[in-house]
Amino acid sequence: MALAEPSSSGRFGEFGGRYVPETLVPACLELERAFRSAWGDPSFRNELDGLLADYAGRPSPLTECHRLSEELGVRVLLKREDLNHTGSHKINNVLGQALLAKRMGKSRLVAETGAGQHGVASATAAALMGMECMVYMGEVDIQRQALNVFRMKLLGAEVVPALSGSRTLKDAVNEAMRDWVATVETTHYCLGSVMGPHPYPWMVREFHTVIGLEAREQCEKLLDGAVPDIVTACVGGGSNAIGIFSGFADTDAELVGVEPAGGAAVGRGVPGVVHGMKSYLMQDEFGQVQEAHSISAGLDYPGVGPEHSFLSSIGRARYEAVTDEQVIDAFQLLSRTEGIIPALEPAHALAWISRDREKLAGKTVLLNMSGRGDKDVGQMMEILG
Amino acid sequence: MVTLADEGLMIPDAPTQPGGLESALRAGRDAGRKLLVPYVTGGLGTDWAEIVRAVADAGADAIEIGVPFSDPVMDGPVIQEASELALRAGATPVTIFDELRTIDAGVPIAVMTYYNLAFHMGHERFAESLAAAGVSAAILPDLPLEEVGPWATAADAAGVETVLLAAPTAPDERLPLVCARARGFVYAVGLLGVTGERDALASSSLVIARRLKAITDKPVLVGVGVSNAAQAVEICAEADGVVIGSALMRRVLEGVGPTGAGEFIAEVRTALDANF
Repeated sequence: MALAEPSSSGRFGEFGGRYVPETLVPACLELERAFRSAWGDPSFRNELDGLLADYAGRPSPLTECHRLSEELGVRVLLKREDLNHTGSHKINNVLGQALLAKRMGKSRLVAETGAGQHGVASATAAALMGMECMVYMGEVDIQRQALNVFRMKLLGAEVVPALSGSRTLKDAVNEAMRDWVATVETTHYCLGSVMGPHPYPWMVREFHTVIGLEAREQCEKLLDGAVPDIVTACVGGGSNAIGIFSGFADTDAELVGVEPAGGAAVGRGVPGVVHGMKSYLMQDEFGQVQEAHSISAGLDYPGVGPEHSFLSSIGRARYEAVTDEQVIDAFQLLSRTEGIIPALEPAHALAWISRDREKLAGKTVLLNMSGRGDKDVGQMMEILG
Repeated sequence: MVTLADEGLMIPDAPTQPGGLESALRAGRDAGRKLLVPYVTGGLGTDWAEIVRAVADAGADAIEIGVPFSDPVMDGPVIQEASELALRAGATPVTIFDELRTIDAGVPIAVMTYYNLAFHMGHERFAESLAAAGVSAAILPDLPLEEVGPWATAADAAGVETVLLAAPTAPDERLPLVCARARGFVYAVGLLGVTGERDALASSSLVIARRLKAITDKPVLVGVGVSNAAQAVEICAEADGVVIGSALMRRVLEGVGPTGAGEFIAEVRTALDANF
């Protein structure tokens, strides 16, 4: 394993920790024990691997983008997490957490969601395993992701609007945590990214390492034993990015996370503490958390997972930011050249490649295509007229 | 010095000498009084300082001042709304501390806020600002025992007492550690959930109060879900006192003003005094 386990207090360098109300401390400790035991238990791993293969459709393919590469002058490879069941990488994590929750004797899942991909994945896992599921979603996101809201309801989940603050992902996390404080004895908080209190950033990363491990093997086959020059992914909380980075952290490949310009926690934030973790955070001069603004509901988050803050602080990964306009162009570019409609989130990583194509000329870039764009088609139809 | 988990989590022993808040609460308890601590959101409306004085005059033993934070995860709808309104009106830690300096409530003041405001300003500066504003204690509900070390070091040095919360979910072996580090009082969380009024007192309130009273002689006050005078009386059969937040702030948001706020706290005070 190339990415290290956090310290026993759940830290990656100075980042991470467990800044939760006292009520939740025992639950976090219990979760850490349960995860450690399950992750070392071959029967748990076999059951999860079986679900990932037979239910989620893993391994996901690696696609070489011939026409796009020609147009950009950059060799682009896509790790196709968009082809997983439910349409994004999120299923890797929720199948792991739902299995773990069952093992812990919990009968109910709560989740937060931004774009709805994690909510849909959580609702799916709950349906599969016969668990109750409640998804908190910002009121603004409920409007711009109506399709995913309906999908969650079809899957039997209850979708609860978060009405406070910016009414986006940040506030959905607040509501999910408030729910968990009240229901911790029966409920597992199925957190959707590599964020929150320890052990979540570590546990969620471990559930997504499958992305990086597969991609490493697939790249070595395609590139005659070599690795790509650059591995890139979009970063909101940063789960898909950590997943793919984990396969290449011990190589010479450059790791590049791409944030939305309006939610660039690593790029514009300073260390802060919210949602149970210490990490880079967009905040005002007094430490009030600022609202993020992004075309993509999934990246509309003012913080970032603590391991990304750590990787940035030691220089192992770097973080770029792109504008909504650049994302809209990239969304169309991939659709037109490769017949792949990306989700707005991974379109950020492509927007960076496209913007910096002169600097990247001749390089081989692996991009984690973390989700498909069906959910965004309605929004893009309005934007593009 | 207690060390939990790893090198990052050194927790300094609490000073043995009680601070201003704990001394006042112990004195009240020793005099046979049940302790009453109302919560008021700082920076809410133009008359919040008068509300603080009114609840002090109505018989509060100490007052909790909320410094609003953008993401109050331990708070229910009432305190959330109060916080949001105060923030929108321009409240900051600095404006609230400035105003606190001018309020002579005659009882100790504890500030209740979330850890990021202290972390962002810097532990030492935040602690010294509290002390300079005449604040005795700080309550940071998202800073559990494991993470309290760096803040507590600065707070202890500045003479600010750090109140710790004790939750119903804590196993028996955890509570003594919490009590040993808590200063001012031990804040017993009455139920599983966030702040807010409830129709009935949760039985977990009585259980956590009993568990704490069995292991500490520091004042044990129950908060979260204590909604009216009758519930305050009920819980004080076990606890040394209560913190009342949402029930007061709902009335403030409804516009009762300093007079109404004082009347509500006086009602609780009278009920406690009549029963104990």
